[in-house]
Amino acid sequence: MQVTVNGKTLDLDVEPDMPLLWALRDVAGIRGPKFGCGIGACGACTVILDGAPVRSCSISVGDVAGEVTTIEGVASDGGLHPVQQAWLDEQVAQCGYCQAGQIMSAIALLNDIPDPSDEDIDNAMSGNLCRCGTYPRIRAAIHRAARMQAGA
Amino acid sequence: MGRAATITRRALLVGAAAVAGGVAFGYYAYRKPVANPLEDELAEGEATFNPYVKIGRDGAVTIVAPRAEMGQGVETTLAALVAEELDLRLDQVTVEHGPASAAYGNIAALADGLPFAQFDDSALAEAARAGAGVAGKLLGLQITGGSSSIIDAFDKMRAAGASARETLKLAAARRWGVAAADLATADGAVSHAASGRTATYGELAAEAAALEPARDVALRPREAWKLLGKPQQRTDMRAKVTGAPIFGIDVSLPDMVYATVRMNPHLGRPMRSMKADAALAMPGVLKVVPIATHVGNGFAVVARTTWHALRAADAVEAEWETGSGPADDAALWALFEQAAGSAGSAMRNDGDVEVAFADAPQESLLEAEYRVPWLAHACMEPMNATAWLRDGMLDVWAPNQAPTMVRDTCAAAAGIDAASCTVHTTHLGGGFGRRAEIDCALYATLVAMQTDGRPVKVTWSREEDIGHDMYRPAALARVRARVGEDGMPVAVDLKVATPSIMASLLPRFYPRLAAIGPDKMMLDGAFNQPYAVPDYRVAAVKVQTPVPVGIWRSVGNSVNGFFHECLMDEIAHLGGLDPVEMRLKLMADWPVAAGVVRKAAEMAGWGMPAPEGHARGFAFTASFGSWVAEVVEISQAPEGIRLEKVSIAADVGIALDPRIIEAQLFSGAIFGLSAAMGQQINFADGKVVQSNFDDFDAMRMPQCPRFEVAVLENAPKMGGVGEIGTPPAAPALANAVFALTGRRVRRLPLSEEVAFA
Ligand code: FES
Ligand code: FES
Repeated sequence: MQVTVNGKTLDLDVEPDMPLLWALRDVAGIRGPKFGCGIGACGACTVILDGAPVRSCSISVGDVAGEVTTIEGVASDGGLHPVQQAWLDEQVAQCGYCQAGQIMSAIALLNDIPDPSDEDIDNAMSGNLCRCGTYPRIRAAIHRAARMQAGA
Repeated sequence: MGRAATITRRALLVGAAAVAGGVAFGYYAYRKPVANPLEDELAEGEATFNPYVKIGRDGAVTIVAPRAEMGQGVETTLAALVAEELDLRLDQVTVEHGPASAAYGNIAALADGLPFAQFDDSALAEAARAGAGVAGKLLGLQITGGSSSIIDAFDKMRAAGASARETLKLAAARRWGVAAADLATADGAVSHAASGRTATYGELAAEAAALEPARDVALRPREAWKLLGKPQQRTDMRAKVTGAPIFGIDVSLPDMVYATVRMNPHLGRPMRSMKADAALAMPGVLKVVPIATHVGNGFAVVARTTWHALRAADAVEAEWETGSGPADDAALWALFEQAAGSAGSAMRNDGDVEVAFADAPQESLLEAEYRVPWLAHACMEPMNATAWLRDGMLDVWAPNQAPTMVRDTCAAAAGIDAASCTVHTTHLGGGFGRRAEIDCALYATLVAMQTDGRPVKVTWSREEDIGHDMYRPAALARVRARVGEDGMPVAVDLKVATPSIMASLLPRFYPRLAAIGPDKMMLDGAFNQPYAVPDYRVAAVKVQTPVPVGIWRSVGNSVNGFFHECLMDEIAHLGGLDPVEMRLKLMADWPVAAGVVRKAAEMAGWGMPAPEGHARGFAFTASFGSWVAEVVEISQAPEGIRLEKVSIAADVGIALDPRIIEAQLFSGAIFGLSAAMGQQINFADGKVVQSNFDDFDAMRMPQCPRFEVAVLENAPKMGGVGEIGTPPAAPALANAVFALTGRRVRRLPLSEEVAFA
């Protein structure tokens, strides 16, 4: 199977019905997307597919037509994406396990709505569960990233 | 220098560091030093000074933070303890968890397990705490739990940093022929002002490591702290915002195979038989292996990827032995009701409640029954462990809270001695007590015995995790109170029927252990609260059920904080008093408690009318040595009750990193609110009903209230922070629901009786 991930076309020896998540993690060795539930209920596995956030546990590799971006592909040259920087500044992560998924959802949101309201944030982020309860700082970091990107 | 000599010298240092840290006991076995485990793993050119510090020739400093980083920020603050005394910035050090070793035993965790209130300074309580130190050392239990990591490390790790610093100065003093007292340290170098000479720690490390280490170094006073007491950039943050593979589930080894387990859903019962032909015929499947242990029984599918294993596991037909005990909620609750009928044993018994109730006029009395359900931990990272057994050596990579226990359990299962087993503690994608258990690592070890020397990563499905937890136990409370003429409580009687966590947990660790005595966890959060009531009894009755139970964030406090603080609210209502005013009167002897109560009330605007359609609820729980008050403000929206704002005031004695503590407080509250609003584990046909986040969910972003947090430092002793936000959250919410709706919901989750938006 061929998939384009973070700008590179990968040739993966997998069945087409394998969920993208497992093809990324166990075959391609791209472990930023996390396994949380396997049923599209937690968002830990979120990647961006052609600009939209997608739960990689719930789409088969064979159904992936466009470009996949994972957390590994959002920044260039070992730097940080503004959303990652905002996350760092607000010290969002606790255990960190959900955070790659949270950040991917936030990046997709900001691409869509550069200055989201609290309600926009609620809508875009409700599919991303955080058992550590980092929500207050996620909200602050999204607003901060919006300001950073507006200033840039 | 020969190996034996090295060990002796190191051993001396550990003893010295312990003494400098103020944990000296006049007890031979305690004083007998433990070897420095870092000796065995030094890289070329690296020197070690004690179990917490390694310095490379290039000046790279590694600090060992031997507690599990599961989100609570512990590795940052532990590293800061050493760095403070060693004059380093946190961005100059690498932090690692280090090996499993008795050198990292947790004394504070054991001390908190004693049956004394945190404000009990009696000679008996103090002697017992000292005794727990001895016991902790002897058992060498390396545990992350009980919100004890920083309390345990506060002196030890600063002393380790100070000793290393002074030893480096001694080495420089010798080299330059000057007095050590004339030397200064800063940013990883020793300097001599008079001559202008400097040398980096790296240049001095090898010489310093050959010296008798400095002892009895005085620790710096708080006024001199540069890192401690101030917010630090967390050392794990960059890895976590870049999606770095730091978790157990991310472990990758050469030639590794992948597996998943399916254990008997009738918890702990055997597997009768299995048919695996269909699974074995599926693509990518390598093996199906039966697993039989004292914790659980079932099988593992070994495959080319986790997905192949998960898919094939569905195709295995297993016949499970069912249980003979109660099989559903109704039958289980009947056990609690039965137990609640007996007297129980009291851990608090002031005055004589029976006399107080005997002649009470009816209108001065209240009597009620409360219930809380079983709960799963549902750590964000599903259960997993990776094991590699070859040439009689076992390596286990596990996100775990008890590495020495994991080591001993896995080594025994593999039939090797503990010294041949290395435990690598990864970052934990949540722990909450679930990862203090040994089951995942044990199963992985058994699978690794069947993979012909190939490493195997065993990942559980979410369904397997929810259905095979060691649950927060359910509990039933019968409460009674009598109020006096002035409305104040004169008698309080609280009886809790619940399973003993210790009785369930210890045999999992030590299968041959005999029954244990009273379990303080059963009444934590109720028997030890700072309220003065003339007749005041808090008693527990043990309930025996077949459900395995374990440690869940804040343990007994999550149960009893709810019972106790809802009862206080009911009493205030009956007595016609303001719940905050009433508490302040009852707490008159405990100014630290009263301080957080006042602070939280002030932040929440308590006493001022709430906005139209809003209401507030109050609760307080002292736990893990800290004191916490919370106010939850809610409102009625068309879709249901909305959480508006949570105000938290916590007194932790010494706040080493206020920003991390703030995060822990709202994190703990969200954990408690999630459970209070909607979580429960039910049983039907002898199995757990819930299976994934669709039926065992937690708070989501749209439900998350605003938080205001105040961290106070008036308490005389340092308290824990990782769990203390949880206990008052549920009762504060339930009390707010009463204030808003007039409905007294005495059963969690609240969603059984009211709807949330
Ligand atoms: S793992 Fe994909 S949504 Fe949970
Ligand atoms: S940071 Fe732990 S689950 Fe979100």
